[in-house]
Amino acid sequence: MSGLVRNISLRSLRVWQRNRDVYFVTWKTNLVPPLLEPILYLLAFGAGIGALVKEVRYEGAPIGYTAFIAPGLLATQVMFQSFFENTYNTFVRMYYQRTFDAIVTTPLTLEDVMAGELLWGATKGTIGCTIMMAAISAFGLIRYPKALVIVPFSFLAGLFFAGLALCFTGLVPQIDVFNFPIFLFVMPMFLFSGTFFPLEVLPVWAQRLAWALPLTHVTRVMREACLGRLPADLGWDLLYLALATVPVNLLGIHLMRKRLVK
Amino acid sequence: MDGIDFSIRAGECFGFLGPNGAGKTSTVKMIHCFAPVTAGDLRVFGLDVREHPREIKVRIGVCQQEDTLDPDFSVHKNLLVFARYFGIPAREAEARAQELLEFMGLWERRKDGIRQLSGGLKRRLVIARALVNRPDLLILDEPTTGLDPQSRHQVWDRVRSLRKQGKTILLTTHYMDEAQTLCDRLVIMDHGKILVEGPPADLVRSRVGKDVIEIWGYPPALVERARQSGWTFETDSDRLFIYTDAGDEVFSAIHGRYPMERCTVRTAGLEDLFLRLTGRELRE
Repeated sequence: MSGLVRNISLRSLRVWQRNRDVYFVTWKTNLVPPLLEPILYLLAFGAGIGALVKEVRYEGAPIGYTAFIAPGLLATQVMFQSFFENTYNTFVRMYYQRTFDAIVTTPLTLEDVMAGELLWGATKGTIGCTIMMAAISAFGLIRYPKALVIVPFSFLAGLFFAGLALCFTGLVPQIDVFNFPIFLFVMPMFLFSGTFFPLEVLPVWAQRLAWALPLTHVTRVMREACLGRLPADLGWDLLYLALATVPVNLLGIHLMRKRLVK
Repeated sequence: MDGIDFSIRAGECFGFLGPNGAGKTSTVKMIHCFAPVTAGDLRVFGLDVREHPREIKVRIGVCQQEDTLDPDFSVHKNLLVFARYFGIPAREAEARAQELLEFMGLWERRKDGIRQLSGGLKRRLVIARALVNRPDLLILDEPTTGLDPQSRHQVWDRVRSLRKQGKTILLTTHYMDEAQTLCDRLVIMDHGKILVEGPPADLVRSRVGKDVIEIWGYPPALVERARQSGWTFETDSDRLFIYTDAGDEVFSAIHGRYPMERCTVRTAGLEDLFLRLTGRELRE
C-alpha cells in the first residue's frame, strides 16, 4: 500500500486535464442532465406528490415537500455523476479506448492515472451539483450564502463515490456487470438515504441501517446547508465521509493495478 | 519470458521477430516499465527499470499495436495532450506538433477527428505522438500490422528516415520483409526464448545458406537422394525445400532427372530462416 501511495504524484493532474478537455469538447450533452433533471423532479414532485404531501416534518419542524427533496436531489446528483464517471466512463477509457495504455508509456505511473481519474470523478460530482444548484435556486429553495459550502463539500462527497466506483471498475469482467453494484448499492442509497422522505418515518432498525449509508450523511449536510444552517454536529457527517473516502480510494487504485498489470 | 538476453546499441534499428505469442509485446512492456520484471536484470539507458521507471519513460516513445488515440480529440489536439503528460510547455508542444505532423504527412489533416482517419493515417499519428518527447529510444510494436501495402511503405519510409537521423529504434514484427528492410540487427523469438541474434543477412547466410531450391510435386526418390547427399532439406504437404550454398550445382544435379511439377532456385531470405526456426505449424 505504501508503494501505491508513493507512486502517486502531481502528474495525475495531467489526466484530470485530459478528461476536462474531453468534457469541454462534448459540453452540450454534458450540461443537459444536471440542468433538466432537477426541473423535471421538482415539477413532478412539486405538482404531483407535492399536491398530496404539502409538508413533511424534518427535525421537529414542518418543511415544504419540494424544499425537503431539493437537497436530496443535489446529494443524489453528486453520487450519480461521480459513480457513473468512474464506472462506465473509466471502463470505456480503460477497455474500449485504451487511453490508459497510452498514458502509462509517459512518465505517469498507473497510480497517477487512477488518481487523476478519481479527481476527475469527484470534479464531475461538483460540476453536476453546482449546475443543479443554479437550477434549483430558480425555485427559491436554497438559502445563500451559507449554502455555498455545498460546492466544496460536493467534491469530498464525489471523491467517496468515485473511489467506490473505481473498486467496481477494478472487479467487473464486462461493462454490463455494473448493473449489480448499481442495483445493490446505488439505487438503495438513492431511495433510502433521507432523500425523498424523512428517515424518522422508518422503524428504528431501518433508521440505523440508513445512517450507515454514506449518502445519508451527504444528504444531511446538503439539507442543512440549503436551509441556511451549519450546526456543529455536521462535523460527524464530515468525519464519517472522510474516513470512508480514504480507504475506498486506495482500494480502488489497488484493484485497478491488479486488473491492469499482469 | 525465459532467459532472454539482448542489448541494443545506440543509433541502430533492432528487431524482435517472432510468431504471435512469442513474447515480443511482453518484452516491450517490460522495457517501457509497465510489465513487472520478476527475475533477472533489465536496464534501459543503463537504468534499472524497477528503480527508475519515470526517468526511463521520459526518454522513450512507444507506438503500441492497438489504436490508443483519443477519439474525442482532433489529430492536432492528440499531440498536444500527449505532450502535456511529459510536462512539455504549451508553446513548445505547439511547435513540436507542427513539426511532427509535417514530418508524418498529417499537417493537412490536423483538424480532423480520429474517427475520420484511415488505419494508415492513425498509425502515422501514433508514431508522431511517440516522437513528441524527442525520445532517445523509439519503440514500434508491430507498426504495420493490418495496414494496406501503400500505408506500410509510407510507414517504412518514415522509419528509415528516422533511422538516418540517428534515432535508436526497437521494432517488433512478424513481417519478414519489414525486418529485412528496416533492422540492422534482430533476434528471432519463440515461446519466450531468443533463438538467434544478429544482422538479418548474416543470420540467413549462416543458418540457412545462400540459396533455396523449391520443388513442387516432388517424388519420394528425391527425398531419398537429398538424404543420401547430406543436403539440408525440409518438406511440407507438396513442396521440398533444399537449403544450400551451391544452388546452381544442386539444381543441375536434380533438374530433369526426377519427375516434378516445377523447380526454382532463389536466394534464401529471412522467411526461410524464420520458418526453419519456428516451424510451419499454425499459431493461436
